Amino acid sequence: MNLSILLSEPYRKITRDGLWDNNVVFTQHLALCPLLAVTGTATNALGMGLATTVVMVASNGTVSLARHLIPSEIRIPIFVLLIAALVTLVDLFLNAWLHELHKVLGLFIPLIVTNCVILGRAEAFASKQPVMLSLWDGFMMGAGFTLAMVALGAIREISSAGTLFANASVLLGESFRFMEITLLPDYRGFLLTALPPGGFIVLGFLVAVKRMIDQRIQAIQTTTPIRSVISSDTEEEVAP
Amino acid sequence: MNSKPVSGPHVLTVRRVDAIMFKVVVALLPAVGFGIVLFGLPAFYLTVTTVAAALLVEAVCLNLKGVRVMPYLSDGSAVLTGLLVAMTLPPWAPWWIGVLGSVIAIILGKQVYGGLGQNLFNPAMLARVALLVTFPIEMTSWVDVSPLFTGISLADSFGITFGQSYSLDGITGATTLGAVKTGFSQNQTLSVLLSDYSGFLAFIGWERGSLGETSSLLILLGGIWLIRQGIIQWTMPLSVLASIALLSTLFFAIDSQHYLSPWVHLNSGALMLVAFFIATDYVTSPNTPLGQIIFGTGCGTLIFIIRTWGGYPEGTGFAILLMNAVTPLIDHYIKPRIYGRYRDGKPIEIQNP
Repeated sequence: MNLSILLSEPYRKITRDGLWDNNVVFTQHLALCPLLAVTGTATNALGMGLATTVVMVASNGTVSLARHLIPSEIRIPIFVLLIAALVTLVDLFLNAWLHELHKVLGLFIPLIVTNCVILGRAEAFASKQPVMLSLWDGFMMGAGFTLAMVALGAIREISSAGTLFANASVLLGESFRFMEITLLPDYRGFLLTALPPGGFIVLGFLVAVKRMIDQRIQAIQTTTPIRSVISSDTEEEVAP
Repeated sequence: MNSKPVSGPHVLTVRRVDAIMFKVVVALLPAVGFGIVLFGLPAFYLTVTTVAAALLVEAVCLNLKGVRVMPYLSDGSAVLTGLLVAMTLPPWAPWWIGVLGSVIAIILGKQVYGGLGQNLFNPAMLARVALLVTFPIEMTSWVDVSPLFTGISLADSFGITFGQSYSLDGITGATTLGAVKTGFSQNQTLSVLLSDYSGFLAFIGWERGSLGETSSLLILLGGIWLIRQGIIQWTMPLSVLASIALLSTLFFAIDSQHYLSPWVHLNSGALMLVAFFIATDYVTSPNTPLGQIIFGTGCGTLIFIIRTWGGYPEGTGFAILLMNAVTPLIDHYIKPRIYGRYRDGKPIEIQNP
């Protein structure tokens, strides 16, 4: 397969949407339940993000493959059945090969079924688009979700325990032990961010930062070239 | 152009934000001063640090918002928030607790909602609860009464607030509510637990507790002065105090060995401060008299429930935050009757004479 196809326009738009413009968490504000439940540490967030990504790619692929067979009247139950089967597979897989992680994420893996993002992408994208695009969309949406999860998990873990990616070797194998960093030795811990309200607060700030960056980008884009040359100094102050 | 009305029966009052805030701060000062006298210079340093931090954080936020800093900063709301945060802290808490409290109160409690008048929760109580949840040890280390200039030297008192450790500690112990909560879990009865409790000392505030919360007397005087000044309404504090007094009387009558007497309830913890200065916050409490009574009764009931059956010895912070969350609902259902209409909004029929 020619990989340069991923740089063509529809793929690039999907990439941009998934990672930033239409990010599952920061823009669509979906999937907040797993987001807040397992982002206590960056490692758990990464594990959950990866598992969700796998399910999303698989579900987008199967839904897209079967899109001409599924009668539109009963498409939602079929999507749910497909997703449930895939989640069961992931659940069993994790239990068999990544048992330690399964113990941590155990409760939340079956809940991937209820993750509205997966059904949302199946309904909004995969049921209308060709297979390759759908797979790529599932992958990029999952990547964006993982990115948001890890960002939130990292901030919460650093501020509440002073470590980053603690127990990453359990998730990814011994060779990834280098990821485990203790940033603040003897750190007392800001317990609030480890608790659910702290998750909401940190998420709120992350969304605010994302919007701020978007506004900056928009301000730069809407400025005409001539004006930007003249007032490039003052523009910085005007932008919020 | 002169905006003052020139004729007719007009009464001119100046009710600006800064005037109101100034009066509330004045009403709080006796209790703060008493706290400083009671717990020594560390309490003074902590108060100053907390208020200064509140002002600084407010200025930074206003600057980020892109508005002119001074007009908003000088309205006194940041000073009041800082002062209230300081009053709820243990008097010998380290400086960073106070600073962090101010940061939480101003940023998370107020400015993220859009500033003064927009916030859903009382900033000071939000900070207090966040700190209590986050730093349970620092937030429950209650120092014994050690009046100004008697106990510790000047240098030591500086070290307590700004130093690294608690090495030169005074004697610490539990507050009345804390001791009772612990005692109950060990199946002790009240007559044992409160054997050296003095109702009079608790009333004037000569007991362990938060920096500015111990003296019921001084807070009561400040609150009554505010009511006389027309800054706060009597409905709110009365409904808070009456509901908790009523409930505690009822349970005290049933079993005086396992339920605290109303006097202990009224003179313990943050109740007085909350009733007069926190619950009456214009921004986070209902607007109508009936709504205020519902709010106050809810607060009093929740405080009693949390104190009696909850996991924490003191529940005022949680009670206030819970009722703050209900305030929009109360304001939605309890609306004043519009002139010329019935309560349900239908116009009153005109009866021809």
